[in-house]
Amino acid sequence: MQLEQQLRDRLEKRDILLMTHIVLGYPSFDTNREVIRQMVENGVDCIEMQIPFSEPMADGPVIVRANQEAIKNGTKVADCLSFAAEMTASHNIPFLFMTYYNIIFKYGEEAFFEKARGCGIKGFIVPDLPPEEGESFLQLAAEYEIAPILIFAPTSTDERMRVLASKAQGFIYCVARRGVTGVKSVIGEEVLEYLGRCRQATSLPLAVGFGIQDRDDVSALIGKADMAVIGSQTIRLVDEKGAGAVGPFIAGLR
Amino acid sequence: MDKQGFFGKWGGAYIPEVLHQTFQELNAEFTKCKNDPAFWQEYVELMSTYSCRPTPLTHAENLSRHFGGAQIYIKREDLNHTGAHKANNVMGQGLLVKRMGKKRVIAETGAGQHGMATATMAAKFGLACTIYMGEEDVRRQRPNVFWMEKMGATVVPVTNGSRTLKDAINEAFRDWVTNVDETHYVFGTVCGPHPFPEMVAWFQSIIGLEVAEQIIRYHGKMPARIFACVGGGSNAMGIFKRFIPESNVELVGVEAGGHGIATGLHAARLSGTDASPGVAQGYKTMFLQDDDGQMQETHSVAAGLDYVGVSPILSYLWEKGRVRFEAATDTEVMAALDLTMKKEGIIPALESSHAFVQAFKEAPQLTPDDAIIINMSGRGDKDIFTIAHAFNDPSWKDFIIKRGLEYSQGK
Ligand SMILES: Cc1ncc(COP(=O)(O)O)c(C=O)c1O
Repeated sequence: MQLEQQLRDRLEKRDILLMTHIVLGYPSFDTNREVIRQMVENGVDCIEMQIPFSEPMADGPVIVRANQEAIKNGTKVADCLSFAAEMTASHNIPFLFMTYYNIIFKYGEEAFFEKARGCGIKGFIVPDLPPEEGESFLQLAAEYEIAPILIFAPTSTDERMRVLASKAQGFIYCVARRGVTGVKSVIGEEVLEYLGRCRQATSLPLAVGFGIQDRDDVSALIGKADMAVIGSQTIRLVDEKGAGAVGPFIAGLR
Repeated sequence: MDKQGFFGKWGGAYIPEVLHQTFQELNAEFTKCKNDPAFWQEYVELMSTYSCRPTPLTHAENLSRHFGGAQIYIKREDLNHTGAHKANNVMGQGLLVKRMGKKRVIAETGAGQHGMATATMAAKFGLACTIYMGEEDVRRQRPNVFWMEKMGATVVPVTNGSRTLKDAINEAFRDWVTNVDETHYVFGTVCGPHPFPEMVAWFQSIIGLEVAEQIIRYHGKMPARIFACVGGGSNAMGIFKRFIPESNVELVGVEAGGHGIATGLHAARLSGTDASPGVAQGYKTMFLQDDDGQMQETHSVAAGLDYVGVSPILSYLWEKGRVRFEAATDTEVMAALDLTMKKEGIIPALESSHAFVQAFKEAPQLTPDDAIIINMSGRGDKDIFTIAHAFNDPSWKDFIIKRGLEYSQGK
């Protein structure tokens, strides 16, 4: 309930929330720290921090490269955990972990939940863990009060959405289109109709991600969803213009 | 199988939500086919007219005499159309694709044999085809790249990660989540999310079904041991499956020992102690990974064995002690390949040669009354550049240099 309530409180003041994404250790934790500061100062409502994995199957080229570089730079899971603790202590917005299941599995599911709660993490997004394979994961999520954020896709049937919604907490991550992260999505009729189906299936807040890149994309989602997710775009921006460009970019989105 | 798609604690379907619906459809279609004897008949018919099934079981008399122990038999999967066991799986999945009405197929490939087989199937069934192949493998299996392209497939070199098989699999998944409605991913081995391990093992089981009849005909009784190389594990599962209930038949999987297990440069998941349980590429198995769960670099002279994971079915059979695992080094592989060519006039693929290495080590321990069977998963023609290089063959080098010169002069 915690995460959902935090988002609902924020929705009192805003017609759409913003969630951003960073890859931990890319290009460095120092840059991560600065980027997060700029994001928070410019009103971001929630941040998903990706613990890098060597096989990021659901990600596109920008995030894939960031994962690889982070690992090559020597980023360890333990570093990500202590950095997370530092961020949750410094900023008053909810932070989530996004990662692939092997990182959690290898750490030990329960140990990871315990540690993440200690770090002040509010939710997990694990794109390669469907609820069918996540029985113990979902149980631990309830026990440790970390929201398991499940994913809706345009290929999900109405029935499937209801199954997912019954197991999810915090919010639902609606993938805007088929494919991987990083390719621009057009928020047209098809997406809006799909978001209508998502709305029907759950009372949880809806976040929309994959290819949301600019102010137009964000405003097109107002009234259709509760939160816009900016992923690869800020990584691109930091690559091209440095961390200093993030603040103005975020400020210009709403 | 225990819980849907699990073999003991191994397997499962760790897939992104976008693919959920497609897997529902795939599972439904596969279940229908499995329960329909006419489907299997159609499959066998196709394999006996488009490929060369049943493939022969060759008595390697000279090698048997040379080692002075067991009678050595070689199952000739090299005589399949496109030169490897990969055709068995691909043509089977091709029939499924036709039933499901999809218009495009994609595949990963390491050695290029699975890509080759998929490209031929796509040409025959009129499907669009894209093959993902690690950049490193494109370089070392160039002849197969050429043929795939000639048959109309698009070959995409993958430059992520270690630029080998696992990276090609990731890239194929990225294509699949993007084009899921029209596309089927022809997974090349007994790995990946359920139902692939079970499905690929089912199609490949045709190998062992034939062998069981052939060995009784030629040798009068069951073999003492069966040897197969293990990349993902599809040729091994193909020949082993029929024999799993035959408790007197010892099943031996041979992994890539690379430069030697102690060097860390290998792909020994079940024969060494470097692997640990993990979940990646859609399934749970023993992976070569570090303490954080990051996949590690692997090495083998054979592109098709150069892989971080292994079939969940084989992890299960390994855990139960039903299949024994060994490793063969790159150097041992070259020696076994050389001997097989000289003694029998047969050219095994580098992958298959791993099985020959272990069989040669064990043949002398047995008697001429015993038979052992080597699954020769494919032919070595595709490896001509790698093998010529390893043998440092002077006349081949001379030929390449001259041809290179001609090309560079625009001839
Ligand atoms: C000739 C040959 N043998 C063996 C393999 C390894 O695959 P598997 O272990 O699935 O049989 C390959 C894979 O590319 C191959 O081409």
